Amino acid sequence: MSTYSVSDTTAAAAPRAAVTFANLSGSYGVGLAASLVWLAFGVSCLYWPDVGDWSRTSSLGIGAIVIAAFVLFGTFSADYLGNAGQALRKRAPWLVAFGAFVTLWEVATAKFAWLPLPFFPPPQSILEVYTDDLPKLLDSVFASIKLQLGGYIIGATVGFITGVSIGWSQKIGYWVHPVLRFIGPLPATAWLPIAFFTFPSSWSASTFLIALATGFPVTVLTWSGVASVSRAYYDVARTLGAKPSFLVLKVAIPAALPHVFVGLFMGLGSSFAVLVVAEMIGVKAGLGWYLQWAQGWAAYANMYAALIVMSLLCSGAITLLFRTRDRLLVWQKGVVKW
Amino acid sequence: MVVQSAAEAISYPAVGAELDVEGVSHAFDIDGAVLPVLDNVNLSIAPGEFVALLGPSGCGKSTLLRLVAGLEKPRSGSLREDEVRISGPHPSRVVVFQDPTLFPWRSVWGNVALGLEAQGILKAQRHRVDAVIELVGLSSFRNAYPHQLSGGMAQRVALARALVNDPKILVLDEPLGKLDSLTRIAMQAELVALWQRKGFTTLLVTHDVEEALVLANRVIVLSDRPARIKADIAVARPYPRHRGDPYLAELRKQILGLLGLEATW
Ligand SMILES: Nc1ncnc2c1ncn2[C@@H]1O[C@H](COP(=O)(O)OP(=O)(O)O)[C@@H](O)[C@H]1O
Ligand SMILES: [Mg+2]
Repeated sequence: MSTYSVSDTTAAAAPRAAVTFANLSGSYGVGLAASLVWLAFGVSCLYWPDVGDWSRTSSLGIGAIVIAAFVLFGTFSADYLGNAGQALRKRAPWLVAFGAFVTLWEVATAKFAWLPLPFFPPPQSILEVYTDDLPKLLDSVFASIKLQLGGYIIGATVGFITGVSIGWSQKIGYWVHPVLRFIGPLPATAWLPIAFFTFPSSWSASTFLIALATGFPVTVLTWSGVASVSRAYYDVARTLGAKPSFLVLKVAIPAALPHVFVGLFMGLGSSFAVLVVAEMIGVKAGLGWYLQWAQGWAAYANMYAALIVMSLLCSGAITLLFRTRDRLLVWQKGVVKW
Repeated sequence: MVVQSAAEAISYPAVGAELDVEGVSHAFDIDGAVLPVLDNVNLSIAPGEFVALLGPSGCGKSTLLRLVAGLEKPRSGSLREDEVRISGPHPSRVVVFQDPTLFPWRSVWGNVALGLEAQGILKAQRHRVDAVIELVGLSSFRNAYPHQLSGGMAQRVALARALVNDPKILVLDEPLGKLDSLTRIAMQAELVALWQRKGFTTLLVTHDVEEALVLANRVIVLSDRPARIKADIAVARPYPRHRGDPYLAELRKQILGLLGLEATW
């Protein structure tokens, strides 16, 4: 009996010691390092003089130091901050890496100009774009979202309906299939020159092209999804008294949905490409146009700023699609996490 | 203890339908060649009777069931349910297939509700779904998805999905074939209990001679493809039956002989 209790107490004591040690070297340690790196970034902004003329250097430096303070506070009170504390702890290594990256970027551009200057603007000049050119940037963001959303929704809807029709009805498939094979593989951007003079406005032409880029993969994958539904499901439904409309709406479509989402993802990717090109060439609005405009004025900081926003938007759109899929396809096991 | 006579055991309630298979032949076209599968099958099943079909693998048992279900039309001959010609699927004749074929995107409840939903009567009849899920003992899994179920549970859901329609003829295509032997024995007992309670006519395909003898009033033995009826054997024994019953053992020997397997006895 006594041997058990002895080993019990040591066993209970050991993990506690191990936890504190692990905290110092592990989660606390990384958080501390992140805070230090961000402090270093702030100090590097403020300490050395800029080689150029930028108005946001001190704001950026102070901002970085504020971030460092937040990280420090968050690290040591993570246990009391609930989910936010856990989220910070999980991201601490990334905070270290990212902080180191911006420090290096700051030093290599604004302070010592190791990288050739107009082409590699420092972080503060990008911050400057976000503060000083905000209205134009926001206008561009809204224009891009409007165009993309309109084209994507039209393309996805038409593609879905076409895919279900040709997957279900051989008669419709007979007529649509050759057209699909002829037109589908063509990159939507190849239609650009024709679309811009056949459509009444460059906006409607771009919507059409985005819809086209979305529609093809959605059609093909919906079609293959519907066509590959096991006959056994239809047999079961028919013996239970299902009519054709039930077979389409409640059997074929739900069974094909995982394929449909693959098509929606592919369509999203290719429609982004069309969006940017269409904005650069025809539509005088949107982030693509903003990029083009910035290039014309050799405003490299604006280009990077727009690129960052664009990346966030595209990533956000994909995240949204993944969320929707996860909600609709809860019945699937082992879905990929984005 | 009351000893049931064989005559008592074969008195059926009137819920089930009569099933007549008359001169049915069927064939498939495979690469231009004709593959005869059923050869002049004649079979008459009384309302409420439990009939088991036994036959070598690939002889055409499932094909016969698909004809009964109305999923396919025979090349010649006719099938009738209560003297009405079978021309297509109808929820009064429900099939439970060897694979449970649950719809993976529907919960247990949603799968069981399928028939009522397809017939457009679910709104008024939701309680039937709950009752039949209770009947097969899956109440605590009503919201589970098929991938969360074991093989035996999935097959129970498939059974519930059939029973919720109150079928007059229940068609079972090796429904217990893939289950482990313990689950199988338990589900055989459940099946007999359900059949006795509900009184539907049952047509069961199985490859297990013992299962056929424990469950059925009549065992039909089919020949190799194309299937013809080789023997029609009455199993005049009350329920619950015992696997060790010498009467059943004698029938088993006889049936294995008909299937060309007497050496294994
Ligand atoms: N839809 C079909 N098309 C062509 N051949 C089929 C089809 N369904 C079944 N067969 C063939 O018919 C024969 C009998 O099949 P089946 O009725 O499934 O046999 P089992 O008695 O094992 O259930 C098999 O040889 C099978 O290959
Ligand atoms: Mg079979």
